[in-house]
Amino acid sequence: MSINQDNNVTDFQQSLAALDVDVTYTAPAAFAETLASIVQGETIGVPLPFDSISQPEWIDTEVTPAKLNAAQTSVTPASLGIADYGSVVLDSTTDGAEQISLFVDLHIPVLSAEDIVRSMSDAVGHLGPKLRAGGSSIIATGPSATADMGALVKGAHGPKDVHVIVLTDETDGGNNE
Amino acid sequence: MSNAREEKAAKIRHLLETEGPAVEENTLGFNSGRYESVSKLSDYEELKTQARSIKEDAIERLPELIDALTETVEANGGTVYIADDAADANQYIRSIASENQAARLVKSKSMTSEEIDVNEALEEDGVDVVETDLGEWVLQLADEAPSHIVAPALHKSRSEIAELFNTTFDPDEPLETAEELTMFARKELGALIEDADIGMTGANFITADSGSIMLVTSEGNARKSAVVPDTHIAVAGVEKIVPTVEDLSPFIELIGRSGTGQDITSYISLLTPPVDSPVVEFADSNTAFADREDDRSFHLVLIDNGRLAMREDDELRETLYCIRCSACANSCANFQSVGGHAFGGETYSGGIATGWEAGVHGYDSAAEFNDLCTGCSRCVNQCPVNIDIPWINTVVRDRLNHGQDDSRFDWMYDTLVPDEESGSIDLQKRLFGNYETLAKAGSATAPLSNWIASQGPVRTVLERVAGIDSRRDLPKFKRNTLRDWFDSRGGCQIAPSSADREVVLYPDVYTNYVAVSRGKSAVRVLEALNVHVTIPAVPESGRAPLSQGMVSTASDRASSVFAALAEPLDAGRDVVVIEPSDLAMFKREYEKLLPAASYDRLSENSYDVLEYVYGCLENGGDPDSLRSREIKVAYHSHCQQRTLGLAVYTTAVLEQLGYDVLESDVECCGMAGSFGYKSEYYELSMDVGDRLKDQFTTDDAQSRTVVASGTSCGEQLDSLLRRSPTHPLELIDPI
Ligand code: SF4
Repeated sequence: MSINQDNNVTDFQQSLAALDVDVTYTAPAAFAETLASIVQGETIGVPLPFDSISQPEWIDTEVTPAKLNAAQTSVTPASLGIADYGSVVLDSTTDGAEQISLFVDLHIPVLSAEDIVRSMSDAVGHLGPKLRAGGSSIIATGPSATADMGALVKGAHGPKDVHVIVLTDETDGGNNE
Repeated sequence: MSNAREEKAAKIRHLLETEGPAVEENTLGFNSGRYESVSKLSDYEELKTQARSIKEDAIERLPELIDALTETVEANGGTVYIADDAADANQYIRSIASENQAARLVKSKSMTSEEIDVNEALEEDGVDVVETDLGEWVLQLADEAPSHIVAPALHKSRSEIAELFNTTFDPDEPLETAEELTMFARKELGALIEDADIGMTGANFITADSGSIMLVTSEGNARKSAVVPDTHIAVAGVEKIVPTVEDLSPFIELIGRSGTGQDITSYISLLTPPVDSPVVEFADSNTAFADREDDRSFHLVLIDNGRLAMREDDELRETLYCIRCSACANSCANFQSVGGHAFGGETYSGGIATGWEAGVHGYDSAAEFNDLCTGCSRCVNQCPVNIDIPWINTVVRDRLNHGQDDSRFDWMYDTLVPDEESGSIDLQKRLFGNYETLAKAGSATAPLSNWIASQGPVRTVLERVAGIDSRRDLPKFKRNTLRDWFDSRGGCQIAPSSADREVVLYPDVYTNYVAVSRGKSAVRVLEALNVHVTIPAVPESGRAPLSQGMVSTASDRASSVFAALAEPLDAGRDVVVIEPSDLAMFKREYEKLLPAASYDRLSENSYDVLEYVYGCLENGGDPDSLRSREIKVAYHSHCQQRTLGLAVYTTAVLEQLGYDVLESDVECCGMAGSFGYKSEYYELSMDVGDRLKDQFTTDDAQSRTVVASGTSCGEQLDSLLRRSPTHPLELIDPI
């Protein structure tokens, strides 16, 4: 990875740390194992589009409304990470990635380190063509939250926790949290 | 007090007692969060400039963008309805509900939907409308109106919400903590969203190129409302359209920071409806999403409701740039005390609400709270799109003045107050607006005038007729004015030929007739720095009439001031100003009142007096010629001085001379010119002042010498504290 990209990856991690959001960096080979150690309870998701990994078959991707309500954890891909903000970009899909990322208690977005961009304007630059092609995306930063009840509470209508998994380059190796 | 004033005072008193504490705690939190969050942005000013120019361009091209957006949304498979007004919008929305045989509609927070009262319209047809934003839901249950445009239930404390839930739902275990309340609401609302027929959202922005709506939220309810049911209605003002997706970037960076002080909210939804996401059909609970064949429908209801007319109005147009972030509410000292139930109209609240209410609901709604903007200008630098919010308030006040039909006191105005205003302005406003006339007369007859003014019966009449609160001390006019003193000492003691610089010291009304000693100090300080000083007769700056919404009088004053100063300016003299509110006229408001070249010439050559002293010291002036003392001071700078970024000079000069300076950081002292003298606002003014009092009575501050730059701040501090404040010039006066 380029030096710039390395900086983006480091800063992304720092931004998430500042938000108190967990992030785990993992080599593709260790992905399934890493993921298994993070998920809690029933886990649903959509197929992950990364060539470097294979889809763990214990993630239920045949999601129905009933499963959506029953699951505790979901695993969905993020198309971008934003270093300055610790945000991930979640694209909507016909198989329900948007809802699947929203209804559970723990959401695990999976992201390739290559896809971490520096700034909000970089991210919006990527989103322009996608939205013009009819797509929809969520820029999600940390868990759902509200202060409407007199103090900050996580998990207002959406996940109480977010744990980001970043797939590092195979050659970089390592599993550093 | 007159009945109307007493009613207003009573309403404010009630809100100060009931909602004030929660409003204060929350707005102060947002306010400090904003300062902290924007300080982390290295390109904050640049982002604001970008945001401003995107909105300017979008409003300029609005008709074209409406067409482009309509085309895009229709090509995407949605429909666009442009509603002339609330009734038109509601009729359309009701027809969609009835076509869908909708039993329930779930809503995410949208001020625009509040503006058109869509809930009531749908409920008439028997539709169950559910607010899913937790704060909005609380208000729906309590049957109350929002008190803040971003955090609608900010006036309610946790214990009030707990009581509301416990009475309404009677849960097995009474709810108590914020966590319990939130989880309870999540569960209740989750079930209501599950079988909703229609989801309604607002839109923070809409992009014409892609037909996407951007929603800024943290809870996730807007996401659920938009994607769970198969029908989505988005209600938004026409001003929300921007040309392209790329234009969203500065707004995404600014909106959360400017509002609640978060760098970014949890979710920025960028939806291009009808969306590809599957409908979540809980009635068909076992069909996998991937197997569904959905036919979603999307209706974008674009509301005009006065906006296109605002676009044609040179003064109100800026309101349409507003992104409704709430910074102008959170940074407003009066708002921090009373919240949106006093500082708000039918729908909108906070500083910019005057523009919105005047534009969408009319001047009566704006009239209810317009006076609460004191023109302190603290919000100006906080607005992410650089709207001159105080100016909009002034313009609306001016229009209200002239629209009013109350001629009972006409005979009194004509003898007492020779201003430029037509029509019948409230006497209280006219009295304060013509402060110079009063000061002249008061000074000419002092001390008799002061004695008469202080007498019980006179104060009673002043309070009853003009609403001047008798709990306030009135300024005491001096018989011997600053200009008299200056002439009698033979003018300046530094000859022009031997001076390093030459200045005109602007004899503001207060310094000339009341606080003469600070004027004398100014002369001696400048002379000590080898500056030649003249004090010509220059009229009042127009601040007094402007703050009462008397724009044509202010404009006339601006011309006279410029006429009096043009020659010294041409001769290369600098203009040095003691009173920050007058300097702010020269530097800010005169841009609106004078021809551009005159404004540039005066504003570029006008200086705050301590800024000038700082400049002299930086350019080789001898600090030993001024009085330096190693004493501790508590300094409160003036609101407008801070907006202009000039307060730093006073602190820097005092520190250079050895003073130990503690600076206040409250937004305003609460007096704000004439505001605190008005009987209907006296208690509010004192409540705002309490925050300053708290800062200046801490262990570290309470034995410090109190210093203030502004006239009215000094008066307010005098009544808040046991110590009388002094002016920075009097501290450093070499006498
Ligand atoms: S006027 Fe400016 S500060 Fe006030 S709500 Fe609108 S955008 Fe925010």
